[in-house]
Amino acid sequence: MTTDSKSAPDFVAPHVRSLPKSGIRDFFDIVAGRKDVISLGIGEPDFQTPWHIRERAIEAIERGATRYTSNLGAPELRQALAAYMRQSFQSDYDWQHEILVTVGVSEAFDLAMRAVLSPGDEVLYHEPCFVAYAPLIRMAHGVPVPVETFRKDDFRLTVAELEKKVTPRTRALLLNFPNNPTGATLDRADTEALADFAIRHNLLVISDEVYSELTYEGGRHSMAAIPRLRDRLIFLNGFSKAWSMTGFRLGYACAPAPLTDAMMKIHQFGMMCASSISQTAGLEAVRHGDAAIAEMRDSYHLRRNFVVASLNEMGLDCFMPRGAFYVFPSIQSTGLSSKEFALRLLNEYNVACVPGGAFGACGEGFLRCAYATGMEPLKEAMDRMKTFVRALAH
Amino acid sequence: MDALLDLLKKNARESDATLAKLLGTTEQEVRARIAAYEQEGVIRGFQALLNTDRLDTNDVRAVIELRIRPEREGGFDRVAARIGKFPQVESMYLMSGAYDLLLFVKGASLQEVANFVSARLAPLDGVLSTATHFMLKTYKDQGVLMESEPHDDRLQVCP
Repeated sequence: MTTDSKSAPDFVAPHVRSLPKSGIRDFFDIVAGRKDVISLGIGEPDFQTPWHIRERAIEAIERGATRYTSNLGAPELRQALAAYMRQSFQSDYDWQHEILVTVGVSEAFDLAMRAVLSPGDEVLYHEPCFVAYAPLIRMAHGVPVPVETFRKDDFRLTVAELEKKVTPRTRALLLNFPNNPTGATLDRADTEALADFAIRHNLLVISDEVYSELTYEGGRHSMAAIPRLRDRLIFLNGFSKAWSMTGFRLGYACAPAPLTDAMMKIHQFGMMCASSISQTAGLEAVRHGDAAIAEMRDSYHLRRNFVVASLNEMGLDCFMPRGAFYVFPSIQSTGLSSKEFALRLLNEYNVACVPGGAFGACGEGFLRCAYATGMEPLKEAMDRMKTFVRALAH
Repeated sequence: MDALLDLLKKNARESDATLAKLLGTTEQEVRARIAAYEQEGVIRGFQALLNTDRLDTNDVRAVIELRIRPEREGGFDRVAARIGKFPQVESMYLMSGAYDLLLFVKGASLQEVANFVSARLAPLDGVLSTATHFMLKTYKDQGVLMESEPHDDRLQVCP
């Protein structure tokens, strides 16, 4: 017998062992199993997937369209996505070489990181942000470099902040607008300035625009609409949010052929292809889903108005986000930390929101409230929060 | 359609305060717009949508197709107006195709509905023929499914 006999934990690689668990996961464990909780902590639409899309998925199974597809994704779907990109952003992508269908945007992002990063490469990403970015950069042996966004800028990313963090090792800039968790969007001047910054420092841009369809005001300003960025852009999008298809796990990447090809290499060995059934559903969604999207978008839009008005009325400062389905109110006036606020709101009033700190250090002092939930629970949640905030003031 | 009307179609009991927040306006403005719609006859009433299959009543509903002879002046409108005054008639539409009027009729029993058709509708001047179909079960009414899909089975917290 050797003395260095290993037990199960020893087999976990050090870089995975040191990876912190998601702050959202922590909170999920606290909420899980509790009854009568109204949750504003859910980052997914409350709508059922539109029936015509589900119906197409059923039909795909019935006619036996349940085999592997091309690694890049079913040709019809890629053609439809190319048309969608042209129509939405006036950007031309060759469906045969520049579009890759993936298992959600998450896989696409993971592929992008693994395809472009060498150990020690730095990636600029803005906080507060979706919880998966920094871990996935790290898993690809890159170095995540957070850049702060601020309430005073309505959580838009500014070049001034980026300039403070860029170094000769910086390889890529990651963008996510409309943003989870703040709901922030970019306007045309922002996207132009970010493009100039990327070109000036010779960076690749990865833009996750999964909430793009859920933009309520000010227009959709995509990085894909900037021609001079085309050679250095990986555009990511998916069906989960706008089409309410989270469980289908379907996303895609658009990028110049050499980048698409590099991502496809990893995808073909690791994943083979996205679910063929989901791809059929996605084709239906992108071809015939406009009316369903419009109806859901209108509904989120009104609910956003309601939640922002309610929060400001109860004394929680909240800017009017123009996209996604989150609001990000400040709870600093209460004197509590985000986590204290969220825990007491949960324990005393049975309302779950995610503490802003789960989305990066600069999210401290804020709360993410998802308004993708029915009007009745939303009203009840706002009433309970109001009672809580009022009680805190006394 | 006005977003206010959309919201009221979905839930007529929504409070003015909530409607105002949803639409980014004031309660007074909401009340004024609803009053104006009532005045103009756009809003004809506010009703609860019931699944009567779940109620302990023996009410019977029937769909009746009516062929009628149009009049030289007024077409179908005068006959339709007369028929519409019967309280048994819940809804009525002028149709294209093989018949002219489509009626949704309610009665306390099969016999009562049958009597209504034979004694009241069929003898009316201008009514050429009737065809009565009794309704057995309601699956969907006014855009609302009578059996909801199981809804919020989402994870309670997710990224």
